[in-house]
Amino acid sequence: MTTIETFFRVAQATGAEVEAEAVVSPVAFSARYDLDRTTGLISRNDHPLKGQSVRGKIFIAPGVQGGVAAGWAFLSMRGLGVGPRGLIFGAVNPVMVQGAVTAGLPIVAGVDQEFFETVRTGELVRISPDNHTVAIVR
Amino acid sequence: MQLTAAEQDILDGRHGEALAGILREQVSVGEFFGAERFVEVTNAHFMGDREVFGQAGANYLTRLADAGVTVRVPTTRNAQSVDFEQAHLLAQSPELVEGEKETRVLLRRLGVSTVNTCIGYQSVYQPRLGEHVAWGDTGTVAYANSVLGARTNYESGAAGLAAALTGRTPEYGFHLDENRRANVRVRVTASLDDHADWGALGGLIGERTRGYWNVPAIEVVDRPGPVSDELKHFGASLASYGSMAMYHIVGTTPEAPTFEAANAGRELIDEFEVSQADIDAFMARDLPDGGPVDLVVFTAPQLSFFESKHIADRLQGNKVSDSVTLLLTTNSLTCEALREQGHMEAITSAGGIVLRGTCWYVMDPAAQREHFGWGNLVTNSAKLVNIIRAHGYTPALRRTDECIDAALTGKVAGR
Repeated sequence: MTTIETFFRVAQATGAEVEAEAVVSPVAFSARYDLDRTTGLISRNDHPLKGQSVRGKIFIAPGVQGGVAAGWAFLSMRGLGVGPRGLIFGAVNPVMVQGAVTAGLPIVAGVDQEFFETVRTGELVRISPDNHTVAIVR
Repeated sequence: MQLTAAEQDILDGRHGEALAGILREQVSVGEFFGAERFVEVTNAHFMGDREVFGQAGANYLTRLADAGVTVRVPTTRNAQSVDFEQAHLLAQSPELVEGEKETRVLLRRLGVSTVNTCIGYQSVYQPRLGEHVAWGDTGTVAYANSVLGARTNYESGAAGLAAALTGRTPEYGFHLDENRRANVRVRVTASLDDHADWGALGGLIGERTRGYWNVPAIEVVDRPGPVSDELKHFGASLASYGSMAMYHIVGTTPEAPTFEAANAGRELIDEFEVSQADIDAFMARDLPDGGPVDLVVFTAPQLSFFESKHIADRLQGNKVSDSVTLLLTTNSLTCEALREQGHMEAITSAGGIVLRGTCWYVMDPAAQREHFGWGNLVTNSAKLVNIIRAHGYTPALRRTDECIDAALTGKVAGR
Protein backbone atom coordinates (compact mmCIF):
# COMPACT_ATOMS: atom_id res chain seq x y z
CA MET A 1 0.00 0.00 0.00
CA THR A 2 1.30 3.45 -0.85
CA THR A 3 1.46 6.16 1.78
CA ILE A 4 0.29 9.57 0.65
CA GLU A 5 1.40 12.58 2.63
CA THR A 6 -0.41 15.89 2.23
CA PHE A 7 1.60 18.84 3.48
CA PHE A 8 0.38 22.18 4.81
CA ARG A 9 2.44 25.25 5.71
CA VAL A 10 2.34 26.68 9.22
CA ALA A 11 3.29 30.25 10.10
CA GLN A 12 4.46 29.70 13.67
CA ALA A 13 6.15 26.64 15.14
CA THR A 14 8.39 25.34 17.88
CA GLY A 15 9.39 21.95 19.30
CA ALA A 16 10.53 18.57 18.01
CA GLU A 17 9.00 16.56 15.16
CA VAL A 18 6.18 14.25 16.23
CA GLU A 19 3.74 11.89 14.49
CA ALA A 20 0.53 10.67 16.12
CA GLU A 21 -3.20 10.16 15.69
CA ALA A 22 -5.27 13.35 15.37
CA VAL A 23 -8.10 14.53 17.60
CA VAL A 24 -9.83 17.34 15.74
CA SER A 25 -11.99 19.79 17.67
CA PRO A 26 -14.36 22.01 15.66
CA VAL A 27 -14.40 24.57 18.49
CA ALA A 28 -11.77 26.75 20.20
CA PHE A 29 -9.87 25.06 23.01
CA SER A 30 -9.88 25.97 26.71
CA ALA A 31 -7.43 24.10 28.94
CA ARG A 32 -9.34 24.95 32.10
CA TYR A 33 -12.82 23.95 31.01
CA ASP A 34 -12.62 21.41 28.18
CA LEU A 35 -10.44 18.74 29.76
CA ASP A 36 -10.34 16.50 32.76
CA ARG A 37 -6.67 17.14 33.37
CA THR A 38 -6.26 13.98 35.45
CA THR A 39 -7.46 11.59 32.73
CA GLY A 40 -6.91 13.45 29.45
CA LEU A 41 -10.60 13.03 28.54
CA ILE A 42 -12.56 15.90 27.03
CA SER A 43 -15.10 16.49 29.77
CA ARG A 44 -17.06 19.67 29.06
CA ASN A 45 -20.71 18.70 28.78
CA ASP A 46 -21.50 20.61 25.61
CA HIS A 47 -18.18 19.87 23.86
CA PRO A 48 -18.64 18.10 20.50
CA LEU A 49 -15.82 15.66 21.41
CA LYS A 50 -16.96 14.90 24.95
CA GLY A 51 -15.59 11.56 26.10
CA GLN A 52 -12.67 11.43 23.64
CA SER A 53 -9.12 11.28 24.97
CA VAL A 54 -6.22 13.56 23.98
CA ARG A 55 -3.72 11.18 25.60
CA GLY A 56 -0.86 10.45 23.21
CA LYS A 57 -2.67 12.27 20.39
CA ILE A 58 -2.06 15.39 18.37
CA PHE A 59 -4.77 17.81 19.43
CA ILE A 60 -6.10 20.12 16.71
CA ALA A 61 -8.43 23.12 17.13
CA PRO A 62 -9.21 26.26 15.14
CA GLY A 63 -8.33 28.54 18.04
CA VAL A 64 -7.89 28.91 21.77
CA GLN A 65 -9.82 30.63 24.51
CA GLY A 66 -9.65 31.15 28.22
CA GLY A 67 -7.08 32.47 30.62
CA VAL A 68 -3.75 31.40 31.95
CA ALA A 69 -4.59 27.86 33.12
CA ALA A 70 -3.01 26.45 29.96
CA GLY A 71 0.33 27.74 31.24
CA TRP A 72 0.55 24.76 33.59
CA ALA A 73 -2.06 22.33 32.29
CA PHE A 74 0.15 20.50 29.76
CA LEU A 75 3.04 20.03 32.21
CA SER A 76 0.64 18.69 34.79
CA MET A 77 -0.93 16.29 32.27
CA ARG A 78 2.48 15.13 31.06
CA GLY A 79 3.41 14.41 34.67
CA LEU A 80 0.34 12.17 34.95
CA GLY A 81 1.00 10.53 31.58
CA VAL A 82 -2.32 11.70 30.11
CA GLY A 83 -1.25 14.64 27.95
CA PRO A 84 -1.26 15.13 24.18
CA ARG A 85 1.92 14.71 22.10
CA GLY A 86 1.49 17.79 19.95
CA LEU A 87 -0.77 20.79 19.30
CA ILE A 88 -2.03 22.37 16.08
CA PHE A 89 -4.07 25.57 16.19
CA GLY A 90 -5.42 28.05 13.68
CA ALA A 91 -4.72 31.04 15.90
CA VAL A 92 -3.02 31.04 19.27
CA ASN A 93 -2.13 33.27 22.21
CA PRO A 94 1.07 33.28 24.28
CA VAL A 95 -0.44 31.24 27.11
CA MET A 96 -0.89 28.12 25.00
CA VAL A 97 2.62 28.44 23.54
CA GLN A 98 4.27 29.03 26.91
CA GLY A 99 2.41 26.05 28.34
CA ALA A 100 3.38 23.78 25.48
CA VAL A 101 7.05 24.80 25.66
CA THR A 102 7.19 24.22 29.43
CA ALA A 103 5.78 20.73 28.87
CA GLY A 104 8.16 20.02 25.97
CA LEU A 105 5.28 19.71 23.48
CA PRO A 106 5.61 20.72 19.82
CA ILE A 107 3.09 23.42 18.91
CA VAL A 108 2.26 25.07 15.58
CA ALA A 109 -0.23 27.75 14.57
CA GLY A 110 -1.27 29.72 11.54
CA VAL A 111 -2.11 26.61 9.50
CA ASP A 112 -3.88 26.89 6.13
CA GLN A 113 -7.67 26.77 6.49
CA GLU A 114 -7.67 23.86 4.03
CA PHE A 115 -5.96 21.71 6.66
CA PHE A 116 -8.87 22.10 9.07
CA GLU A 117 -11.32 21.28 6.30
CA THR A 118 -9.37 18.14 5.39
CA VAL A 119 -8.08 16.52 8.58
CA ARG A 120 -10.27 14.03 10.46
CA THR A 121 -10.11 12.57 13.95
CA GLY A 122 -8.24 9.26 13.90
CA GLU A 123 -5.99 10.15 10.95
CA LEU A 124 -2.21 10.05 11.31
CA VAL A 125 -0.67 13.52 11.43
CA ARG A 126 2.94 14.68 11.56
CA ILE A 127 4.14 18.02 12.93
CA SER A 128 7.54 19.19 11.67
CA PRO A 129 8.28 22.51 13.42
CA ASP A 130 11.74 22.90 11.84
CA ASN A 131 10.20 22.75 8.35
CA HIS A 132 7.13 24.80 9.36
CA THR A 133 4.83 22.07 8.04
CA VAL A 134 2.17 19.65 9.17
CA ALA A 135 1.30 16.57 7.14
CA ILE A 136 -1.68 14.23 6.96
CA VAL A 137 -0.33 10.70 6.41
CA ARG A 138 -2.74 8.43 4.57
CA MET B 1 16.91 35.34 18.05
CA GLN B 2 19.87 37.66 18.49
CA LEU B 3 21.38 37.02 21.91
CA THR B 4 23.64 39.33 23.91
CA ALA B 5 26.89 37.98 25.33
CA ALA B 6 25.22 37.77 28.75
CA GLU B 7 22.33 35.76 27.31
CA GLN B 8 24.69 33.47 25.43
CA ASP B 9 26.53 32.84 28.72
CA ILE B 10 23.28 31.76 30.35
CA LEU B 11 22.46 29.52 27.41
CA ASP B 12 25.96 27.98 27.52
CA GLY B 13 25.38 26.96 31.13
CA ARG B 14 27.77 29.42 32.79
CA HIS B 15 25.04 30.15 35.36
CA GLY B 16 24.04 26.51 35.73
CA GLU B 17 22.03 24.05 33.69
CA ALA B 18 18.72 25.00 35.34
CA LEU B 19 18.92 28.62 34.18
CA ALA B 20 20.12 27.52 30.73
CA GLY B 21 17.01 25.35 30.45
CA ILE B 22 14.80 28.26 31.44
CA LEU B 23 16.33 30.54 28.82
CA ARG B 24 15.97 27.79 26.19
CA GLU B 25 12.23 27.70 26.93
CA GLN B 26 12.08 31.47 26.52
CA VAL B 27 13.97 31.29 23.20
CA SER B 28 11.44 28.71 21.96
CA VAL B 29 8.54 31.01 22.77
CA GLY B 30 10.39 33.97 21.24
CA GLU B 31 11.11 32.10 18.02
CA PHE B 32 7.50 30.98 17.77
CA PHE B 33 6.38 34.62 17.82
CA GLY B 34 9.23 35.88 15.68
CA ALA B 35 10.97 37.87 18.45
CA GLU B 36 14.31 39.27 17.31
CA ARG B 37 15.75 39.67 20.80
CA PHE B 38 15.05 39.72 24.50
CA VAL B 39 13.95 42.79 26.42
CA GLU B 40 15.02 43.27 30.04
CA VAL B 41 12.17 43.47 32.57
CA THR B 42 12.09 45.30 35.91
CA ASN B 43 9.31 43.32 37.58
CA ALA B 44 7.58 39.95 37.29
CA HIS B 45 4.27 38.54 38.51
CA PHE B 46 3.86 34.80 38.93
CA MET B 47 0.56 33.00 38.52
CA GLY B 48 0.21 29.42 39.63
CA ASP B 49 -2.85 27.75 41.11
CA ARG B 50 -1.84 24.62 42.99
CA GLU B 51 -5.07 23.06 41.73
CA VAL B 52 -3.98 23.62 38.11
CA PHE B 53 -0.24 22.96 38.15
CA GLY B 54 -0.48 19.80 40.20
CA GLN B 55 2.39 17.61 41.33
CA ALA B 56 4.26 18.17 38.07
CA GLY B 57 4.28 21.94 38.70
CA ALA B 58 5.47 21.39 42.27
CA ASN B 59 8.27 19.17 40.94
CA TYR B 60 9.19 21.85 38.40
CA LEU B 61 9.50 24.49 41.14
CA THR B 62 11.39 22.09 43.42
CA ARG B 63 13.93 21.35 40.71
CA LEU B 64 14.58 25.08 40.25
CA ALA B 65 14.77 25.79 43.98
CA ASP B 66 17.15 22.84 44.50
CA ALA B 67 19.34 24.23 41.72
CA GLY B 68 19.68 27.41 43.77
CA VAL B 69 18.36 29.84 41.17
CA THR B 70 16.56 32.95 42.44
CA VAL B 71 14.66 35.81 40.85
CA ARG B 72 16.68 38.67 39.34
CA VAL B 73 13.89 41.27 39.58
CA PRO B 74 11.20 41.96 42.21
CA THR B 75 8.57 39.27 41.73
CA THR B 76 5.11 38.93 43.24
CA ARG B 77 2.75 36.00 43.38
CA ASN B 78 -0.87 36.10 42.29
CA ALA B 79 -3.81 35.08 44.50
CA GLN B 80 -3.47 31.58 45.93
CA SER B 81 -6.30 29.08 46.31
CA VAL B 82 -6.72 29.05 50.10
CA ASP B 83 -6.85 31.49 53.00
CA PHE B 84 -4.85 29.44 55.51
CA GLU B 85 -6.68 30.87 58.51
CA GLN B 86 -10.18 30.45 57.09
CA ALA B 87 -9.90 27.35 54.90
CA HIS B 88 -12.25 25.51 57.28
CA LEU B 89 -15.04 28.04 56.67
CA LEU B 90 -15.24 26.97 53.03
CA ALA B 91 -14.62 23.26 53.62
CA GLN B 92 -11.43 23.33 51.57
CA SER B 93 -9.59 20.03 51.27
CA PRO B 94 -6.53 19.38 53.46
CA GLU B 95 -4.65 18.37 50.29
CA LEU B 96 -5.21 21.81 48.75
CA VAL B 97 -4.14 23.55 51.97
CA GLU B 98 -1.01 21.39 52.22
CA GLY B 99 -0.25 21.93 48.54
CA GLU B 100 -0.43 25.70 48.98
CA LYS B 101 1.83 25.57 52.06
CA GLU B 102 4.37 23.59 50.07
CA THR B 103 4.10 26.06 47.16
CA ARG B 104 4.64 29.05 49.43
CA VAL B 105 7.88 27.57 50.77
CA LEU B 106 9.11 26.76 47.25
CA LEU B 107 8.32 30.23 45.91
CA ARG B 108 10.03 31.95 48.82
CA ARG B 109 13.13 29.83 48.20
CA LEU B 110 13.08 31.15 44.63
CA GLY B 111 12.84 34.71 45.95
CA VAL B 112 9.21 35.31 44.99
CA SER B 113 7.25 37.62 47.33
CA THR B 114 4.17 35.56 48.19
CA VAL B 115 1.91 38.57 48.65
CA ASN B 116 -0.79 36.58 46.85
CA THR B 117 -2.55 39.37 45.08
CA CYS B 118 -4.12 40.06 41.70
CA ILE B 119 -4.24 43.81 42.48
CA GLY B 120 -0.54 44.39 43.03
CA TYR B 121 -0.92 47.40 40.74
CA GLN B 122 -3.21 48.99 43.34
CA SER B 123 -1.20 48.02 46.38
CA VAL B 124 2.34 46.73 45.77
CA TYR B 125 3.98 48.05 42.60
CA GLN B 126 2.96 50.29 39.71
CA PRO B 127 5.28 50.22 36.69
CA ARG B 128 5.57 53.50 34.78
CA LEU B 129 4.79 54.41 31.18
CA GLY B 130 7.00 52.40 28.84
CA GLU B 131 8.39 50.07 31.52
CA HIS B 132 8.82 46.45 30.41
CA VAL B 133 7.49 43.87 32.88
CA ALA B 134 6.43 40.20 32.77
CA TRP B 135 3.08 39.68 34.47
CA GLY B 136 1.04 36.50 34.62
CA ASP B 137 -2.54 37.24 35.58
CA THR B 138 -4.68 38.43 32.66
CA GLY B 139 -6.39 41.26 34.58
CA THR B 140 -3.04 42.60 35.79
CA VAL B 141 -1.72 42.49 32.23
CA ALA B 142 -4.69 44.49 30.92
CA TYR B 143 -4.19 47.09 33.65
CA ALA B 144 -0.43 47.33 33.16
CA ASN B 145 -0.61 47.76 29.38
CA SER B 146 -3.66 49.97 29.25
CA VAL B 147 -3.81 52.15 32.36
CA LEU B 148 -0.13 52.38 33.29
CA GLY B 149 1.31 52.21 29.78
CA ALA B 150 3.75 49.52 30.91
CA ARG B 151 4.50 46.69 28.47
CA THR B 152 3.79 43.00 29.00
CA ASN B 153 2.31 39.95 27.35
CA TYR B 154 0.32 37.33 29.23
CA GLU B 155 3.19 35.50 30.94
CA SER B 156 1.36 32.44 32.14
CA GLY B 157 2.48 29.70 34.47
CA ALA B 158 6.18 29.01 34.23
CA ALA B 159 6.72 31.88 31.76
CA GLY B 160 6.33 34.62 34.39
CA LEU B 161 8.77 32.81 36.64
CA ALA B 162 11.18 32.26 33.75
CA ALA B 163 11.24 36.03 33.13
CA ALA B 164 11.81 36.63 36.84
CA LEU B 165 14.73 34.19 36.92
CA THR B 166 16.48 35.45 33.77
CA GLY B 167 15.40 39.11 34.14
CA ARG B 168 14.17 39.24 30.55
CA THR B 169 11.48 38.10 28.18
CA PRO B 170 11.24 37.68 24.40
CA GLU B 171 10.38 40.96 22.65
CA TYR B 172 7.08 40.30 20.87
CA GLY B 173 3.42 41.22 21.24
CA PHE B 174 2.71 44.12 23.58
CA HIS B 175 6.38 45.00 24.05
CA LEU B 176 6.28 46.41 20.50
CA ASP B 177 4.58 49.67 19.45
CA GLU B 178 2.75 48.22 16.45
CA ASN B 179 0.79 45.69 18.51
CA ARG B 180 -0.40 48.30 21.00
CA ARG B 181 -2.38 50.28 18.45
CA ALA B 182 -6.16 50.11 18.48
CA ASN B 183 -7.89 48.07 15.76
CA VAL B 184 -11.41 48.26 17.23
CA ARG B 185 -13.35 51.50 17.82
CA VAL B 186 -16.17 51.57 20.36
CA ARG B 187 -18.39 54.56 21.16
CA VAL B 188 -20.05 54.24 24.56
CA THR B 189 -23.15 56.29 25.38
CA ALA B 190 -23.99 54.34 28.57
CA SER B 191 -23.50 56.24 31.81
CA LEU B 192 -21.57 53.37 33.43
CA ASP B 193 -22.54 54.18 37.01
CA ASP B 194 -21.10 51.13 38.77
CA HIS B 195 -18.18 48.69 38.59
CA ALA B 196 -20.67 46.12 37.29
CA ASP B 197 -21.47 48.40 34.33
CA TRP B 198 -17.78 48.58 33.46
CA GLY B 199 -17.55 44.79 33.73
CA ALA B 200 -20.57 44.45 31.45
CA LEU B 201 -18.91 46.77 28.93
CA GLY B 202 -15.77 44.60 29.03
CA GLY B 203 -17.92 41.51 28.51
CA LEU B 204 -19.76 42.98 25.52
CA ILE B 205 -16.59 44.16 23.80
CA GLY B 206 -14.70 40.95 24.66
CA GLU B 207 -17.43 38.72 23.26
CA ARG B 208 -17.70 40.70 20.05
CA THR B 209 -14.04 41.26 19.21
CA ARG B 210 -12.41 38.32 21.00
CA GLY B 211 -8.73 37.70 20.37
CA TYR B 212 -5.41 38.32 22.08
CA TRP B 213 -4.11 40.55 19.30
CA ASN B 214 -7.14 42.86 19.17
CA VAL B 215 -6.96 46.22 20.95
CA PRO B 216 -10.16 48.27 21.41
CA ALA B 217 -10.19 52.05 21.78
CA ILE B 218 -13.21 53.19 23.77
CA GLU B 219 -14.70 56.66 23.48
CA VAL B 220 -16.92 57.39 26.48
CA VAL B 221 -19.12 60.32 25.56
CA ASP B 222 -21.41 61.14 28.47
CA ARG B 223 -19.32 61.01 31.61
CA PRO B 224 -15.91 61.89 33.01
CA GLY B 225 -13.04 59.43 32.74
CA PRO B 226 -13.15 56.26 34.81
CA VAL B 227 -11.23 55.72 38.07
CA SER B 228 -8.87 52.89 38.95
CA ASP B 229 -11.45 50.39 40.25
CA GLU B 230 -13.67 50.92 37.21
CA LEU B 231 -10.74 50.34 34.87
CA LYS B 232 -9.81 47.26 36.89
CA HIS B 233 -13.25 45.67 36.44
CA PHE B 234 -13.38 46.65 32.78
CA GLY B 235 -9.97 45.16 31.95
CA ALA B 236 -10.48 41.98 33.95
CA SER B 237 -13.78 41.36 32.17
CA LEU B 238 -12.36 42.22 28.73
CA ALA B 239 -9.54 39.73 29.35
CA SER B 240 -11.92 37.07 30.61
CA TYR B 241 -14.51 37.32 27.83
CA GLY B 242 -12.14 38.26 25.03
CA SER B 243 -8.65 37.01 26.00
CA MET B 244 -7.56 40.61 25.36
CA ALA B 245 -4.46 42.14 26.92
CA MET B 246 -4.79 45.84 26.15
CA TYR B 247 -7.32 48.60 25.56
CA HIS B 248 -7.39 52.38 25.31
CA ILE B 249 -9.89 54.79 26.85
CA VAL B 250 -9.61 57.92 24.75
CA GLY B 251 -8.72 60.92 26.91
CA THR B 252 -7.95 58.75 29.93
CA THR B 253 -5.27 56.12 29.30
CA PRO B 254 -1.76 57.34 28.52
CA GLU B 255 -1.38 56.13 24.94
CA ALA B 256 -4.75 57.52 23.84
CA PRO B 257 -4.90 61.31 24.08
CA THR B 258 -7.05 61.04 20.93
CA PHE B 259 -8.51 58.15 18.95
CA GLU B 260 -6.09 58.93 16.14
CA ALA B 261 -3.11 58.62 18.50
CA ALA B 262 -4.34 55.27 19.83
CA ASN B 263 -5.09 53.94 16.37
CA ALA B 264 -2.02 55.30 14.54
CA GLY B 265 -3.33 54.12 11.19
CA ARG B 266 -3.89 50.44 12.10
CA GLU B 267 -6.69 48.90 10.06
CA LEU B 268 -9.95 48.66 12.02
CA ILE B 269 -11.62 45.24 12.19
CA ASP B 270 -14.79 46.49 13.89
CA GLU B 271 -16.52 49.70 14.91
CA PHE B 272 -19.69 49.84 17.02
CA GLU B 273 -21.63 51.60 19.77
CA VAL B 274 -22.64 50.40 23.24
CA SER B 275 -25.67 52.00 24.88
CA GLN B 276 -27.12 51.81 28.38
CA ALA B 277 -29.74 49.41 26.97
CA ASP B 278 -26.93 47.06 25.92
CA ILE B 279 -25.41 47.20 29.41
CA ASP B 280 -28.82 46.62 31.05
CA ALA B 281 -29.50 43.66 28.76
CA PHE B 282 -26.13 42.15 29.68
CA MET B 283 -27.02 42.35 33.38
CA ALA B 284 -30.47 40.93 32.75
CA ARG B 285 -29.11 37.79 31.08
CA ASP B 286 -29.24 35.89 34.37
CA LEU B 287 -31.97 35.78 37.03
CA PRO B 288 -33.97 38.42 35.11
CA ASP B 289 -36.94 37.79 37.40
CA GLY B 290 -34.84 37.89 40.56
CA GLY B 291 -35.14 35.26 43.27
CA PRO B 292 -33.46 33.76 46.32
CA VAL B 293 -29.70 34.00 46.63
CA ASP B 294 -27.26 31.62 48.33
CA LEU B 295 -24.05 33.56 47.82
CA VAL B 296 -23.01 37.16 47.35
CA VAL B 297 -19.38 37.41 46.26
CA PHE B 298 -17.13 40.42 45.82
CA THR B 299 -13.98 39.12 44.11
CA ALA B 300 -12.29 38.72 40.72
CA PRO B 301 -10.29 40.88 41.00
CA GLN B 302 -9.55 41.23 44.71
CA LEU B 303 -11.08 44.36 46.26
CA SER B 304 -9.17 47.59 46.67
CA PHE B 305 -9.24 49.46 49.97
CA PHE B 306 -11.97 51.81 48.74
CA GLU B 307 -14.15 49.07 47.26
CA SER B 308 -13.97 47.31 50.62
CA LYS B 309 -14.67 50.53 52.53
CA HIS B 310 -17.79 51.19 50.44
CA ILE B 311 -19.15 47.76 51.33
CA ALA B 312 -18.18 48.19 54.98
CA ASP B 313 -20.02 51.51 55.14
CA ARG B 314 -23.16 49.94 53.64
CA LEU B 315 -23.00 46.99 56.03
CA GLN B 316 -22.38 49.10 59.15
CA GLY B 317 -25.08 48.25 61.68
CA ASN B 318 -26.83 45.78 59.32
CA LYS B 319 -27.00 41.98 59.29
CA VAL B 320 -26.44 39.63 56.40
CA SER B 321 -29.43 37.35 55.87
CA ASP B 322 -29.16 33.91 57.53
CA SER B 323 -29.73 32.27 54.17
CA VAL B 324 -26.81 34.07 52.49
CA THR B 325 -23.03 33.70 52.62
CA LEU B 326 -21.30 37.02 51.89
CA LEU B 327 -17.69 36.73 50.71
CA LEU B 328 -15.11 39.42 49.95
CA THR B 329 -11.55 38.71 48.85
CA THR B 330 -8.54 40.97 49.06
CA ASN B 331 -4.84 40.82 49.85
CA SER B 332 -3.12 40.93 53.23
CA LEU B 333 -2.01 44.55 52.81
CA THR B 334 -5.57 45.76 52.25
CA CYS B 335 -6.85 43.53 55.07
CA GLU B 336 -4.43 45.16 57.48
CA ALA B 337 -5.54 48.66 56.49
CA LEU B 338 -9.22 47.66 56.77
CA ARG B 339 -8.59 46.28 60.23
CA GLU B 340 -6.78 49.42 61.33
CA GLN B 341 -9.55 51.69 60.06
CA GLY B 342 -12.36 49.67 61.64
CA HIS B 343 -13.85 48.61 58.28
CA MET B 344 -13.03 44.93 58.83
CA GLU B 345 -15.07 45.00 62.03
CA ALA B 346 -18.02 46.56 60.18
CA ILE B 347 -17.99 43.78 57.60
CA THR B 348 -17.47 40.83 59.94
CA SER B 349 -19.95 42.10 62.56
CA ALA B 350 -22.59 42.18 59.84
CA GLY B 351 -21.76 38.55 59.07
CA GLY B 352 -19.52 39.01 56.02
CA ILE B 353 -16.37 36.95 55.49
CA VAL B 354 -13.21 38.66 54.23
CA LEU B 355 -10.83 36.16 52.63
CA ARG B 356 -7.17 37.09 52.50
CA GLY B 357 -4.63 36.40 49.74
CA THR B 358 -6.99 34.48 47.53
CA CYS B 359 -9.59 34.97 44.84
CA TRP B 360 -12.75 32.99 45.28
CA TYR B 361 -12.94 31.29 41.88
CA VAL B 362 -9.55 29.59 42.41
CA MET B 363 -10.70 28.16 45.77
CA ASP B 364 -12.28 25.06 44.19
CA PRO B 365 -15.78 26.58 44.06
CA ALA B 366 -17.29 23.41 42.56
CA ALA B 367 -16.41 21.50 45.74
CA GLN B 368 -17.95 24.28 47.84
CA ARG B 369 -21.13 24.17 45.78
CA GLU B 370 -21.46 20.45 46.40
CA HIS B 371 -20.62 20.73 50.09
CA PHE B 372 -22.94 23.64 50.90
CA GLY B 373 -25.62 23.03 48.27
CA TRP B 374 -25.13 26.49 46.77
CA GLY B 375 -26.73 27.51 43.48
CA ASN B 376 -27.70 31.15 42.89
CA LEU B 377 -24.87 33.63 43.18
CA VAL B 378 -24.86 37.43 42.84
CA THR B 379 -21.75 39.50 42.18
CA ASN B 380 -20.66 42.83 40.76
CA SER B 381 -17.83 41.09 38.88
CA ALA B 382 -18.57 40.30 35.25
CA LYS B 383 -15.37 38.25 35.18
CA LEU B 384 -16.69 36.01 37.96
CA VAL B 385 -20.00 35.58 36.15
CA ASN B 386 -18.11 34.41 33.06
CA ILE B 387 -15.96 31.92 34.95
CA ILE B 388 -18.24 30.50 37.59
CA ARG B 389 -20.96 29.10 35.36
CA ALA B 390 -18.59 26.27 34.41
CA HIS B 391 -18.46 25.31 38.10
CA GLY B 392 -22.20 24.67 38.20
CA TYR B 393 -23.46 27.96 39.66
CA THR B 394 -26.20 30.24 38.37
CA PRO B 395 -24.49 33.63 38.59
CA ALA B 396 -26.06 37.04 38.06
CA LEU B 397 -24.26 40.32 37.49
CA ARG B 398 -25.68 43.19 39.52
CA ARG B 399 -24.55 46.62 40.65
CA THR B 400 -22.62 46.83 43.93
CA ASP B 401 -25.50 48.17 46.01
CA GLU B 402 -27.93 45.62 44.52
CA CYS B 403 -25.47 42.91 45.61
CA ILE B 404 -25.37 44.32 49.14
CA ASP B 405 -29.18 44.45 49.21
CA ALA B 406 -29.24 40.81 48.13
CA ALA B 407 -26.88 39.92 50.97
CA LEU B 408 -29.10 41.66 53.52
CA THR B 409 -32.46 40.38 52.24
CA GLY B 410 -31.56 36.96 50.81
CA LYS B 411 -33.20 37.91 47.53
CA VAL B 412 -32.02 39.61 44.39
CA ALA B 413 -34.36 41.95 42.57
CA GLY B 414 -35.38 41.32 38.98
CA ARG B 415 -34.05 43.32 36.07
